[in-house]
Amino acid sequence: MSNTPFWRRYARFIGPDPAADVKDELGFHLDAKTDDLIRQGWQPEAARKEAEQQFGDLRAVERMGQRIGQRTERRRRLSDYANDLLHDARYTLRTLGRDPGFAAVSLLILTLAIGANVAVFSVVNTILLRPLPFPRANELVWIAPPPSECGWSCATYSADAYEEFRAASRAYQDVTGYEAFTTPENFRLTGLGEPVPATGIEVIGNFFQVLGVQPAMGRLFTAEEARGPVIPNSTGTPVALLANAYWKRQFHSDRAVVGKAIELNGAPVTVVGVLPESFDYGAVFAPGARADLFVPLSLDTERMWGNIVTLIGRLKPGVSVAQALDDANRVTPDMYFNLKYPQSKGRYKGDLVPVPLKDYVTGKLRRSLIALWLAVGTILLIAGVNLSNLLLARSAARAKEFATRGALGASRGRIIRQLLMESLLLSGAGAVLGLGLAFAVIRWLAHQGSLALPLLNSLRIDSQAVGWTVLVALLTAMIFGLLPGLRMASGNLQELLKDSGAGAGLGRKHERIRAALVISEIALACVLLVSAGLLLRSFAKVLEVDLGFEPDHASSMNVEYDESAPTDEARLLKRTAIFQEVLARVSAIPGVQAAGISDYLPLGPNRSWDTPVPKGKVFVPGELAEPLVYVVTPGFIRAMGIGLQGRDFTWADGPKSERVIIINASMARRFWPGEDPVGKILMRGDEQDRVVGVVDDVHEESLESSLGAQVYYPCTQQGPSRAQLVVRSSLPPSVLAPTLLRALRELNPNQSASEFRPVQTIVDRAVSPRRFFMLLVAAFAGLGLLLATLGIYGVISYSVTRQRPEIGVRMALGATAGRVQRQVLGNTLRLALAGIVIGTLIAFIVARAIASLLFATSPWDFPSYLGMALALLVVAVVSGYVPARRASSINPMEALRNN
Amino acid sequence: MDTAKPEFLRGTLDVLILKSLVWGPLHGYAVTNFIRQQSDDAFLVEEGTLYPALWRLESKGLLSSEWGLSENNRKAKFYSLTSEGRRRLRQEIKTWQAYAAAVAKVLAATQLPEPEEA
Repeated sequence: MSNTPFWRRYARFIGPDPAADVKDELGFHLDAKTDDLIRQGWQPEAARKEAEQQFGDLRAVERMGQRIGQRTERRRRLSDYANDLLHDARYTLRTLGRDPGFAAVSLLILTLAIGANVAVFSVVNTILLRPLPFPRANELVWIAPPPSECGWSCATYSADAYEEFRAASRAYQDVTGYEAFTTPENFRLTGLGEPVPATGIEVIGNFFQVLGVQPAMGRLFTAEEARGPVIPNSTGTPVALLANAYWKRQFHSDRAVVGKAIELNGAPVTVVGVLPESFDYGAVFAPGARADLFVPLSLDTERMWGNIVTLIGRLKPGVSVAQALDDANRVTPDMYFNLKYPQSKGRYKGDLVPVPLKDYVTGKLRRSLIALWLAVGTILLIAGVNLSNLLLARSAARAKEFATRGALGASRGRIIRQLLMESLLLSGAGAVLGLGLAFAVIRWLAHQGSLALPLLNSLRIDSQAVGWTVLVALLTAMIFGLLPGLRMASGNLQELLKDSGAGAGLGRKHERIRAALVISEIALACVLLVSAGLLLRSFAKVLEVDLGFEPDHASSMNVEYDESAPTDEARLLKRTAIFQEVLARVSAIPGVQAAGISDYLPLGPNRSWDTPVPKGKVFVPGELAEPLVYVVTPGFIRAMGIGLQGRDFTWADGPKSERVIIINASMARRFWPGEDPVGKILMRGDEQDRVVGVVDDVHEESLESSLGAQVYYPCTQQGPSRAQLVVRSSLPPSVLAPTLLRALRELNPNQSASEFRPVQTIVDRAVSPRRFFMLLVAAFAGLGLLLATLGIYGVISYSVTRQRPEIGVRMALGATAGRVQRQVLGNTLRLALAGIVIGTLIAFIVARAIASLLFATSPWDFPSYLGMALALLVVAVVSGYVPARRASSINPMEALRNN
Repeated sequence: MDTAKPEFLRGTLDVLILKSLVWGPLHGYAVTNFIRQQSDDAFLVEEGTLYPALWRLESKGLLSSEWGLSENNRKAKFYSLTSEGRRRLRQEIKTWQAYAAAVAKVLAATQLPEPEEA
């Protein structure tokens, strides 16, 4: 600033005017020249003319001068401003450096608050705001019936239905789908040493074309290949597409694999292409699961299998979802479940409801995510209030400094700018650190494959997140910088200068503002704590839910077997023999208490067959739901730890003996209300199944949904679609796994090294989204509590410092240390109580708003509120105790002398 | 007016202006007078060249200006060297002297030099 020439300082008075400057300057030149000429003997008028003529084109020079002048002026103004900013920044850094404790605490608060905000924003942006990672993703719809109790079988369609719908619909560019009953590790990659399990999804041939996914290498399926069949191959070579991650992991990113044959289940399959990294099947269609490769689904071989495919459509441009629904309702009455059965016409009436694919993928999470966003916003607010408080305390201590600056001519705006610079610098640094924190959190989250949240793979800090960071940082700086700035700058200079610091009017006013700030901080923390408490209680309730089975000590593994035989009956006998042998060997392993096989496990994929009816009873069609179906071996029910009344299946329940089933309690209640179902007959068409046992309800879809009907069939009488071995043992799975695999390999050398995983992991995956949200909200509540603690401590500690002389006088007059302590603590508790009361009122409103996120917990859940109040009171006492101790140890003489 | 050496003048005008301000602030008219007198009327600086040059130097931060009163009590804009300008002048003078010495040496040559050894 010392470089600024003098004239500019007074030119500022009326504002700079480069044009006038140039005119004046050149005018002076002409005058001086004329004078000289007159002195040389020229006539005044002639002299003037001569001077002007000598000058040449005055106008042109003037114009040039104005241009240069304006440019200089602009640059000067900018550099002055930059100078001031730089000056402010340097000054701020100096003052912050003098108070490293304050700087460190505020930076920590800002880093946590901004980091949490950016991380949550990234999650919300990825899952809720951004379109799905497909071209023109808004055209994509998921077509499914309204929710029902019979699981996936009622959310899928038959091959005939798919083809009819595709042909008859006018709303779609194209319709596709995938086989919904794929279970993990349904393939075996062979021919490369030990067989390795792989998860392959059967997709309708045009799947990737409809989604708009282009292969990273090679090509997609051709129309010819799209007809299948896949394995074993009869017409041409079967083909597969590899998922990018699988290609990297299993084939070490070998480009040469495209076009080559690999061996799946012992048969050669040609890899026609590798999918791009951006396409993650699991992230969109099966959160928490992964898909390694894709094979074309043969509609012809699947035609006899009932409902097997999900439907995904790409709407024609300009067609709305409502129009598509109208179109579907026009088509469905003429659709057959199976063209061979004329009576199956119209079965899908009203059952094809398109919803935007995005809603299907993320709709259930919307409320949770918005709640999370609000929670993290509250954290930002608390952090802002807290910093505002800290800054107020600081600015109170610096009141004289500002008064002096004001007296020396600093304008109010200049002082506010200085204070804002302080908050901007702090929040800027906090934003940088927070971004780093968010980056770490997001990286960690993106690799949580077992977290059943969709689209996590595309989670990253992108330019939008950075933009959000800047916005949040500026907002924070405004929140916490402006209030102290305005307070400071509005102070009466004289009063401030006279003010001896302690006990003066401004100090008291400050304290009131700070108390209000602390109260609002506590109230906000209160809301967070109650929300976290309610979610925590809900989560505990979910964990308490009676699963219907005992996941502890049970582990499962996919068992491969070869049941190929000429007839159905021969297959059944062969399979039964294999299962019996497997179970005999596994049971013989020391430490194994029970073992059994089922084709489906709880909390995973599921299916149903048809709607059986109790013999001799009449029900209105549609009154009885389709039960979910499990084909199990004897011993499975015990191995899973499912409670059983009646008897389990035995190996003696053969194909020739009476057909037997076990049903669950819900089904028993619904089919034979008030009766003992054991011994009753269930009719499936002409087939009669005798109920021999009733088992506890097993949670199927999720822990939080209600229970439907479930039927267990013996594998000795019905065909399972695969074999999930469940072993109950007190040995840890990792110890048991090698022995188990060896035993299975003795029977079937092709058995791949499938994962032997605790059944608990299935449960964990099912509760992972709730756990995720609960943990985050709890973490935010903890952070809020910590910030509130800091706030309380700050304000009490400051008021003790300010009242030192007063306390000194009182102690000199005989007040005991205990009395002083009690009074300080009393002040603290008053603040806390005020905050708690206000916070509880707000929490009531918030709790009602998040009621739909709760499970078996009332929004007025008393323990949550009580816990919150206790936590805040304890925190208040703790944070008030330190200053109270300090107050009571004041030496009266010293305190009075210092004043 | 001497229009014989405009090329020469344009290249050197900046340094001449800087030099003219060594003893203290001057207004534009005084600068022309200084250059004219000092060069024994060899350089007549055109106003159309001088003022733009002054403004350019000012905007580059080599000169600063301020309004003041001239000898005959008229309002005039006085230019003075900034420390940056002073530094530039020293450097330019050195360059010029080296240049002039080199030219003089070449012109003073009396015979072809011995061929340099490779």
